[in-house]
Amino acid sequence: MSAASRIPQIARRLLLAATAVTVVSIPAFAQDTMKLGLVAAMSGQSAKSGEAIVRGMSIAIDEINAKGGVLGKKVELVVRDDESNPAKGVVAARELVQREGVVGLFGGLDTPVSMAIVPFANQAKVPFMGVWAAGTPITRNGAAENYVFRVSAVDVLVDKALLAYAVKKYNAKKPGMILINNSWGESNEKGLKVALEEKGMASVGIEKFQDADVDVVPQLTRLKEAGADVLFMVANVAPSSQVVKSLDRMGWDVPIVSHWGPAGGRFSELAGPSGAKVHFIQTFSFNGNPSPKAKDIFAKLQAKYPEIKTLADVTPAVGIANSYDAMHLMTLAIGKAGSTDGSKIREGFYAIDKYDGLIKSYAKPFTPANHDALSSEDYIFTYFKEGQILPLTN
Amino acid sequence: MLLISAIVSGLAVGSMYGLIALGFHVTYVVSNTVNFSQGSSMMLGAVLGYTFAIKLGWPMPLAVAMALALCALFGLVVERALVRPFAERGSNAWLMATVAGGIVLDNIVLFTFGKEPRAFPSFLAQKPISLFGAGVFPLQLIIPLVGIGIAIALHLAFHYTRLGKALLAVVQNKDAARLMGINVRRAIAFSFALSTALAGLAGLLIAPLFSVHSEMGMLFGIKAFAVAILGGVTSASGVMLAGILYGLLEALITAYAGSTYTQIVAFTVVIIALAVMPNGLLGRAASKKV
Repeated sequence: MSAASRIPQIARRLLLAATAVTVVSIPAFAQDTMKLGLVAAMSGQSAKSGEAIVRGMSIAIDEINAKGGVLGKKVELVVRDDESNPAKGVVAARELVQREGVVGLFGGLDTPVSMAIVPFANQAKVPFMGVWAAGTPITRNGAAENYVFRVSAVDVLVDKALLAYAVKKYNAKKPGMILINNSWGESNEKGLKVALEEKGMASVGIEKFQDADVDVVPQLTRLKEAGADVLFMVANVAPSSQVVKSLDRMGWDVPIVSHWGPAGGRFSELAGPSGAKVHFIQTFSFNGNPSPKAKDIFAKLQAKYPEIKTLADVTPAVGIANSYDAMHLMTLAIGKAGSTDGSKIREGFYAIDKYDGLIKSYAKPFTPANHDALSSEDYIFTYFKEGQILPLTN
Repeated sequence: MLLISAIVSGLAVGSMYGLIALGFHVTYVVSNTVNFSQGSSMMLGAVLGYTFAIKLGWPMPLAVAMALALCALFGLVVERALVRPFAERGSNAWLMATVAGGIVLDNIVLFTFGKEPRAFPSFLAQKPISLFGAGVFPLQLIIPLVGIGIAIALHLAFHYTRLGKALLAVVQNKDAARLMGINVRRAIAFSFALSTALAGLAGLLIAPLFSVHSEMGMLFGIKAFAVAILGGVTSASGVMLAGILYGLLEALITAYAGSTYTQIVAFTVVIIALAVMPNGLLGRAASKKV
């Protein structure tokens, strides 16, 4: 063990002056498994998201390894906790690449953490696959050689979808925004403004609120007095429920079209019955999903994790579905590359023609111009009813 | 309507700040130390209340009493383990020790209670009633009453009861107090138990309006400390008044200037207020004898 791990270390030192590509590929030679790294929130308020990602990936890895793995090696997932902290995320990503010798990285729920890893991944030429964080600049990062791919929603596309939904479903003319006061809220403020501009519309008000705000009535009252006919909401589950409770108290019955924050926890419980009025975006739902693949994966999840009894135990399903498809796509890319060399894997992503996934059947999911495998046509709108996320039919 | 709803919101939230800040006041006037884990004590009250009332299904009065008793016990532990060993040596390390204690508690709760925010429903926060055209939960009106009531009770207790006077005697001169037959250690321990119980009460009161999770107390603790300083930490009524004013200020800024400016303006006002009134709204100048 010690000898095996010392070799790559010495090798790395010798090769530090050489190209980063070599640095990355050296440790992999010493392994008899194909190591892939995951940097996600495994503790703290977003810990459930990390659990969902690990579950989705584990099911995919079981399938891949049952068919002999990739490049003749079994796939092994190495997980690191970023505690939703960007600095810790970068350290973990470095450690995974440089010490564990992973050939590819996966990211978690938090956009700020992923944003911090992006420059490192591009510099070290290690493919970095987003499976949850929707921040637009994660994949659209402006790097000449972009190593960042994603199987998840993209804020800028989500914002267009939110507007399209609000207009179609509620005939919205004067939308207002209620956004969490962080970089995620910021990213969507920009996205929503662009989406509105494209349709020749404008918002009647943009209000921010904090995670710890008990009362959002003052902000909402401003939006009401400005004449908002639909609210766009961007916030995680607990603050989202504060918005719903505040609306209840005001007695203001206004349609809410939301990003996927409410999906991240017990929204029905926190927001009360009015939580069902919130229509939010998802990339996947096991509920009401007719595909045999969805049934098969759910059965596999139940077999592997006995604590999963009903569909309510796999909310939010997006984390599982995105990470399941992302893992398959990553190994397909490595297979196409025929090598663990980062830049070859990157080309390998472009070479994937077709993959029958859980979310959809992917055809040419990645091109040099598009590193996002999902588009706005893949989004669905859902709502929470008694603890379950149900799809909305129209 | 904007004004009424902002005032109601501000009163309720401000009273919460005031209640937690009263905890800072109580230990400060007795021992010149404060418990920086007040935010965590508030969280503990809510988490215990949730566990007893919702998870275990106990009757609410019993759940509340038990939660407050355990919060008081936590205060005793904080005093004994994190404050006394340092304060009696004349060290200020209790400052960091109580911060650390709060972080430890937050993380213990994270692992035992769980990572997900939970709801603590109450019939007092279900059906809004109309007050001058603005919707209000009855609980939002009860919180300020409880807060002001406790501030008045503390004021009276400290000035007109034997126990209160004994507690205040401790801070003036420990040795003299001891010679007069006051158990100084017990007096200080009592003040810490009282302070965490007050924070726990704040947690129990806010829980139905908010959600229960391990990090819920963090920002409250920080704001409450600002409020305690603003009110002049030596005066119970000053602290409560500062809490309510700060809550109102936040709500009114949000309502009229927009939420972008809330924190900037509110904390700027705190800084200006302290520059103009260094002893806080109703605090007395501290004279230190050397």
